[in-house]
Amino acid sequence: MTGLLSRAAGRVAGRRRSRPDPLVADLVAALGPDRVQADAAARYLASRDASIFSEGTAGPVCFPASTEQVQACMRIAARHHRAVVPRGAGTGLSGGAAPLGSPVVLSMTGMNSVLEVDLDNRVAWVQPGLVNLELSRRVAAHGLHFAPDPSSQQACTIGGNVANNSGGPHCLAYGVTSAHVAAVEVVLSDGEVVVLGGLEAEPGGYDLRGAFIGSEGLCGIATAVAVRLTPNPPAVKTMLAAYPDAASAAATVGAVIADGMVPAAIELMDARAVAVIEEFARAGYPRDAGAVLLIEVDGMDGGAAIQADRVVAIASANGAASVRVAADEAERARLWKGRKNAFGAVANLEPDYYLHDTVVPRSKLAEVIEAVGEIADRHGVSVINVFHAGDGNLHPILAYDSRIEGMTERVAAAGEEIIEVSLAAGGALSGEHGIGVEKRDHMDKMFSPADLDHQNRLRQAFDPHCRMNPGKVLPSPHSCADIASLKAADGALWG
Amino acid sequence: MELTAPRAAPGAGPGAAAAVDEALAEFAAEVGPSGPVCVRGGGTRWCQGGPGDPEARVVAAPAGVIDFEPAEMTVRVRAGTTVADLHQTLAAAGQRTALPVRPSGTVGGALAVGESSPARLGLGPVRDALLQARYVDAEGRVVTAGAPTVKNVSGFDLCKLLVGSLGTIGLIGEALLRTRPIPQTERWVRAAGADPKSVLGQSRTAASILWDGSAVWVLASGYEVDVEADLGELAGLGDFEPADPPELPPHRWSCSPASAASFGPERLGGDGRFVAEIGVGVVHADRPQPPRQMSPGAARLNDQIKARFDPTGRLNPGRRP
Ligand SMILES: Cc1cc2nc3c(=O)[nH]c(=O)nc-3n(C[C@H](O)[C@H](O)[C@H](O)COP(=O)(O)OP(=O)(O)OC[C@H]3O[C@@H](n4cnc5c(N)ncnc54)[C@H](O)[C@@H]3O)c2cc1C
Repeated sequence: MTGLLSRAAGRVAGRRRSRPDPLVADLVAALGPDRVQADAAARYLASRDASIFSEGTAGPVCFPASTEQVQACMRIAARHHRAVVPRGAGTGLSGGAAPLGSPVVLSMTGMNSVLEVDLDNRVAWVQPGLVNLELSRRVAAHGLHFAPDPSSQQACTIGGNVANNSGGPHCLAYGVTSAHVAAVEVVLSDGEVVVLGGLEAEPGGYDLRGAFIGSEGLCGIATAVAVRLTPNPPAVKTMLAAYPDAASAAATVGAVIADGMVPAAIELMDARAVAVIEEFARAGYPRDAGAVLLIEVDGMDGGAAIQADRVVAIASANGAASVRVAADEAERARLWKGRKNAFGAVANLEPDYYLHDTVVPRSKLAEVIEAVGEIADRHGVSVINVFHAGDGNLHPILAYDSRIEGMTERVAAAGEEIIEVSLAAGGALSGEHGIGVEKRDHMDKMFSPADLDHQNRLRQAFDPHCRMNPGKVLPSPHSCADIASLKAADGALWG
Repeated sequence: MELTAPRAAPGAGPGAAAAVDEALAEFAAEVGPSGPVCVRGGGTRWCQGGPGDPEARVVAAPAGVIDFEPAEMTVRVRAGTTVADLHQTLAAAGQRTALPVRPSGTVGGALAVGESSPARLGLGPVRDALLQARYVDAEGRVVTAGAPTVKNVSGFDLCKLLVGSLGTIGLIGEALLRTRPIPQTERWVRAAGADPKSVLGQSRTAASILWDGSAVWVLASGYEVDVEADLGELAGLGDFEPADPPELPPHRWSCSPASAASFGPERLGGDGRFVAEIGVGVVHADRPQPPRQMSPGAARLNDQIKARFDPTGRLNPGRRP
């Protein structure tokens, strides 16, 4: 389907090149020339995200500065029968921001202000282009932070976090983005503005806020977000446990949870990960370890100390060769630096990598990691495991060189098998990166036709004509009004 | 790179094919594809969302705990189970859920109504407890929302739509809930004249802070050492003594946390009684909250959701979240 769309787009674009594009002219009239880019370079930059999906084709790229400008773009796109794709920092890993069929792309990065910090309600109203880490920096003076901390937090935006319902290491104890958003101002595909949710405890009606979060740009564009702010914990203890193998590290995870603790974070890195991280970031991980767990507990002094002691005991009982407790903030920062730089480190290894994302029950971690290793070996691909073990969220990184003949196909085949073993273990397709195009055609491995029909009903209630980020999330038989038939009705519609 | 795979037969995957158990299948058959139906839980919150249609056929969701995995911190339970029974099962492994316990209140009822426990500050809202739901839709089909795991972003979050929907989207038959460890210590204390906002700013263990305009109650919750230390600090803000929690007046108001913390009897006609949940925004009062206005845009979206999921309006007719 994707190929068809881009071929159609190419024809339309080719036809247009000869005369000024009326769509671009309308956008320029509404936003000003500085906020609309239609040249090939700008469109190329907006055609991809951080995923390996490379077949996106962007139409004009707009940089709105206000909710009103977003509304104007939506109305103009509707008038020209064009789809719209919102875009944050483009760090998404499932192709969510990769435009299909040359739609109007709305890059939200210019709307990056903190609009209001409301300490009485412990929320901040922010614009969607604000970078995740910048938000926590801006409220740090109040002893508060924004709990969701994706490993990409130096670059990714709050709008992207909302659209993907993003997680991060500390979401184990604190919950993912949905738990930290009170309200969202959204521009719908017809240009109408509506506030979903609210600061009150129980806003009336359906939880449209909750339905919007995680909708990957298919339900509308977030133009302002009321994020909840979390008090910084007074005590934090960070530990690094080194194991002879990944299985004993994985067993520790279940044992810690079964002991009645919910640590702030439990991250697992396997032997290969330790090797590349040490090479790159010198975080002080034992180089001979078969796997390490980075575990953090927090709370008040007494409780944090009790939890740390329990974690050390459980880790040792499960075969840890050593457990180091960070003595000070500098050591803690160093241990986390290793984890947070893992993906950068992998980039040093091979020119390409495919960062996978599935979830399995914690009790199946050891078994599934082993199966993932076996799958990678069979396909001759190297795999590195760095993941949010506490909530069973696997991130096998398949590192490869796409210039080698047949390698890309092998990686794709291995990726599919990883999905199969995760689902067979009672898992889920994605824990935090979303479905996008990457896993769209796997949705029916997890959901029945009736399940997908209901997901589509939700989407159509927001966007009856499917003009928001079309071709994503739902496999085409379940996608609304089927894009192919719309295209046939009007050649320019998806072009 | 081409990511599209040869398509598996629809619903052939392990997740999609996961067995619908007999009790759920029977519930779906009972609901059937036509005619107005309403689901009855414990009947504890029938006052919410308007009177139901007396003509509607009454159905009841099946009961029983299906599977409790303490090391996963999840429990799969049929929606007709009472929250009290569920919590009794979970307590054996030192766990519980965020669902409020009401005499004879069921899991399905708690999810459909969506009201959180007065300890929401510590337990989190009900909506964050639902990981997966199996419900019977307007066509009588069993539909699955969410995933069998503690973390999931596979597709649209239908679970959020179900919580608080008063059974107007689908009738929940089975739920997978997130569980939480029961803390080592939980203790209610009370101080007359304490300032609720200062208590919220100070306390690190409060799972609930209640305020009736004069006294503050705190549910200190956590490790014994932490509760002791916290109560030591709170002593600077008032004379906190062990006490029972206050009786909650019958009507529920929804406010912002800031406005709950500055609530006053003038909002109740001068002499009303209230108990505000500080840091949350729910206020329990002796008279109902005046109707709240929904913005036209939000109202339109609500109507569209209902129309798409239940075009003939057969599910819990008359009720509106
Ligand atoms: C190295 C690396 C590490 C990562 N680690 C994590 C991690 O730990 N946890 C995690 O959850 N993710 C992680 N990610 C994935 C990614 O960073 C997140 O999904 C992030 O939230 C995307 O934000 P973005 O601003 O880059 O969005 P984009 O990639 O630009 O867009 C993502 C989706 O959001 C939509 N969107 C963007 N803005 C809006 C808006 N204003 N309104 C509506 N829709 C919008 C887009 O259409 C698209 O569907 C990682 C990525 C990388 C590259």
